[in-house]
Amino acid sequence: MFSDIAQYFRTESLPHIWCPGCGNGTVTAALVRAIKNLQLEQNNVVIVSGIGCSSRMSGYLDFNTQHTTHGRALAFATGIKLAKPELDVFVVMGDGDCAAIGGNHLIHAARRNIDLTALVINNGIYGMTGGQSSPLTPHDRRATTMPFGNLERSFDLVELAKAAGATYGARATAYHNQLLTKLLIDAYNNHGFSLVEAVAQCPVSYGRRNQFQTPAAMVMWQKEHGIKVGQHSISGEDFYIGEIFRAEAAEFCAEYDRLRQRLQEDMPNG
Amino acid sequence: MSEARLMQGNEACAAGAIAAGARFFAGYPITPSSEIAEFMAEQLPRLGGTFIQMEDEIASMAAVIGASLAGVKSLTATSGPGFSLKQENLGYAAATEVPCVIINVQRGGPSTGLPTSPAQGDVMQARWGTHGDHPIIVLSPATVQESYELVITAFNLAEEFRVPVILLLDEVVGHLRERVNLPATVQIVNRKKPEVPPERFSPYGDDHGMIPPMANFGAGYRHHVTGLVHDVNGMPTVNPALVTKFLLRLNHKLDPYLAKISLYEQILLEDAEVIVLAYGCTARAALEAVYLARSSGIKAGLFRPITLWPFPEAAFVPRQNIPIIVPEMNCGQLVGEVVKIAGRHNVYSLSRIDGELITPTQISAKISEVISRV
Repeated sequence: MFSDIAQYFRTESLPHIWCPGCGNGTVTAALVRAIKNLQLEQNNVVIVSGIGCSSRMSGYLDFNTQHTTHGRALAFATGIKLAKPELDVFVVMGDGDCAAIGGNHLIHAARRNIDLTALVINNGIYGMTGGQSSPLTPHDRRATTMPFGNLERSFDLVELAKAAGATYGARATAYHNQLLTKLLIDAYNNHGFSLVEAVAQCPVSYGRRNQFQTPAAMVMWQKEHGIKVGQHSISGEDFYIGEIFRAEAAEFCAEYDRLRQRLQEDMPNG
Repeated sequence: MSEARLMQGNEACAAGAIAAGARFFAGYPITPSSEIAEFMAEQLPRLGGTFIQMEDEIASMAAVIGASLAGVKSLTATSGPGFSLKQENLGYAAATEVPCVIINVQRGGPSTGLPTSPAQGDVMQARWGTHGDHPIIVLSPATVQESYELVITAFNLAEEFRVPVILLLDEVVGHLRERVNLPATVQIVNRKKPEVPPERFSPYGDDHGMIPPMANFGAGYRHHVTGLVHDVNGMPTVNPALVTKFLLRLNHKLDPYLAKISLYEQILLEDAEVIVLAYGCTARAALEAVYLARSSGIKAGLFRPITLWPFPEAAFVPRQNIPIIVPEMNCGQLVGEVVKIAGRHNVYSLSRIDGELITPTQISAKISEVISRV
């Protein structure tokens, strides 16, 4: 355990369920360091997660934590945030969770620009169920349900969030974990819907089928293919890392509160 | 002072929810329940509450649970296919013991079915629609007045017993307009909060009986909420002893309180030689049929379960060999429960599934037919 962030963990719930070499632990540490750096009050932080390997993160963290149903984390978080906007709400999801079954909830949380900080751990596979293809499995890569290579195209979740109306979008990797912490801090500080994608390795369910001999080889792949925004153009399996976009728009909880105040002022007897 | 108003059933549900202290509604438009959402959209922001139209029924059920975890009394309303979509997170609410209220204004099914016609086809789905053994309370109002009152009861039961409560309305009750007496004061029950300091708090412990106190998010009692089977600290477990302990408490937690939860009405049962057991709007026709039978010399009586689940078994102990007629706007759902108690040979199902109401004449004809047989 890293002593600098141990206070944010439910140490009694460890060891975690993640396989050796998994990227989820590195991403968890990046999130916790962001929360520590932001000096958020532990009792005021809520971590909502979906279903899948990465979503087990909520159980290990000593905050108000909720492990929800598959794909629905953002919808639960919307209820929490609207009911108590003063809570700091982070939402942790996996790529299958957020981009497939939860895709519609992502679109509408982004459209509302509700003040949630969403972290999507993208390992390009359904790890917990044994390696089936996800909407973010790269084209031609192998999965148990794409045994001859992925016939489908993957897509860019950050661009989707942008198109849907989110006001902050960024990407980093387990390798670029200090950048990830910085981006999560920026994401929290954005008053609106923020999405941070963390590309992470799944050596057991993805790496083994796709010619990655070791977890380290997968981390090196992240280093090689994660291209900083503005550095140079990307090709093949490359992807941009860093802050991808930022926009201005009204935040939903604040908008709703303005409505409440307007209606209360309009009432004849206060 | 109480106030009398002409109200629609759906409107009465919304007014009752507000009177019960509900300040959060998440929903999705669907006939014939949409008026509830519309009324909430209009009223809640004026009261400092929140209305949100979510992207689908699944999300609205999720948002309701989230808001309740944050400490705000919450509800959703739906019908038909929407109720099917609620089931996933309804099971989550049951497993995590999050108080919430779901109003289902029933319409004809299956599938898109008969969107604007009355039916009582969701009785079994309300009990068993989500997967796995779980506790649930289901209430069925027969009038607009009762819709108002039972929404308040639903919130009180949800809060006291940490269980989702379903109000199973009939389309005709939802759209009926009747006089409603709005009482000046309403009795309200709020969830029990922990009295121990945070370090001694176990969110799913049984040291306070079957219903553990509940700490709202942000109240200083940091804990984990999961739909996985969990131990007394809320942490996932596959330990067989702990799994059994959790599931036994969950599924039996209402048992000590059945007398309080089981609501019913008995009319002219003392000397009855035939009993009609009916609920919702069908009970109104049944009562009329009972009077018709009495006027022609047949001693008929009515048992009206108001709580459908848990079925008010203790209250409904029929005398030996008294025939029981169960009229329902479905192919015969609650009748199965009656057969469990009274045995197959004394129970007669009267089913109507054409989108029209069961009439008093239909029921009284059945009464005459059954009496002539015994």
